[in-house]
Amino acid sequence: MLALLSAASMLILREPMRVALALITSMTSLAAVYGLMGVHFIAAFQVLIYVGAVMVFMVYVIMLLQLRESNVADRWSALRWPGVLVAGLLLAVLAVVARGVDADRMPRAPLGQSFTLVEFSTDFLSRYWLEFELTTVFLVGAIVAALAVIGVSRRQGAASGASVETGAERQHG
Amino acid sequence: MDKVSFLLFVSGGLFTIGLLGVIIRRNALVMLMCMELMLNGVNLSLVTFSQQRGDAAGAVMVFLTFVVATAEIALAIPIVLLLVRQWRSLDAARYSTLRG
Repeated sequence: MLALLSAASMLILREPMRVALALITSMTSLAAVYGLMGVHFIAAFQVLIYVGAVMVFMVYVIMLLQLRESNVADRWSALRWPGVLVAGLLLAVLAVVARGVDADRMPRAPLGQSFTLVEFSTDFLSRYWLEFELTTVFLVGAIVAALAVIGVSRRQGAASGASVETGAERQHG
Repeated sequence: MDKVSFLLFVSGGLFTIGLLGVIIRRNALVMLMCMELMLNGVNLSLVTFSQQRGDAAGAVMVFLTFVVATAEIALAIPIVLLLVRQWRSLDAARYSTLRG
C-alpha cells in the first residue's frame, strides 16, 4: 500500500527531487515486500542496486542540473486525458485478471520447498548460462553506446567552443 | 482476495502508474523515474510467480531486469544531460524538433 501511495504521489509532485524521494520510498517498501515473501537476496539487491546506485545517480543529476520546473508553464503534457483514459482501462483489465487468478489451480511448490540462494546461484550459472552470457554481450553494447554518447558530447563541446571563438574574433575585428 | 492476487494487483498498479507518468508528465527526469517504476512493477509480478512455483526462473529474470535497468539509466542520463545542454530545459515538449 505504501508502495502504491508513494508511486501515486510521484504523479502529482512538482519538484523532481520530491518525485525521486517518493520513488525511493516506493522501492524500499517493495524491498520490504520481497523480504516478507522470503526472497531476502532480491530484497538486498533491490536496496543495493536500485536505491543505492540508480537513485543516487538520479538525485545527483537532479542536483547537478539545478533546473526547477517552475519555468515549465504546465507540468502535464498534452496527452493528459487520453493517458488517464488508457491507464484507467489498463488498470481495469489488470485488476480483472489479478482477481481471476486462482492460486490453488496454479502449479505451486510443495510446502516449505521454495528455492534458496544456493539453488538460485547454481541454476543461474548452469541452467541459465546463455542468458548470463547474453547479459555480458548486452553490457558490452551498453558501454559502446555510452562511449558514442560521450563522443557526441565532445563534438558538441568542440563546436560550441569554436563558435564562441569565432564570435570573440568577430568582436575583436 | 488472496495473497497472490493482491501482489499481482499491486504490481499491475505500479506498472499502470509508471505508464501514466511517462505519458502525462513533461519533465524528462520524471519520465525516466516512471520507467523505473514500471520495471519495479514487472519485478514484483516475476518474484510473485517465482515464489508460487518454487523455481528460480523468475528470480533469474529479476536479476536480468536489474542489469537492464541499470544500463538504461547509465545511458539515459548522459542523453538527458546532452538534451539539457542543447535546449536548456528538461521539458520534453521542447524536444519536439528531434522528431524524424
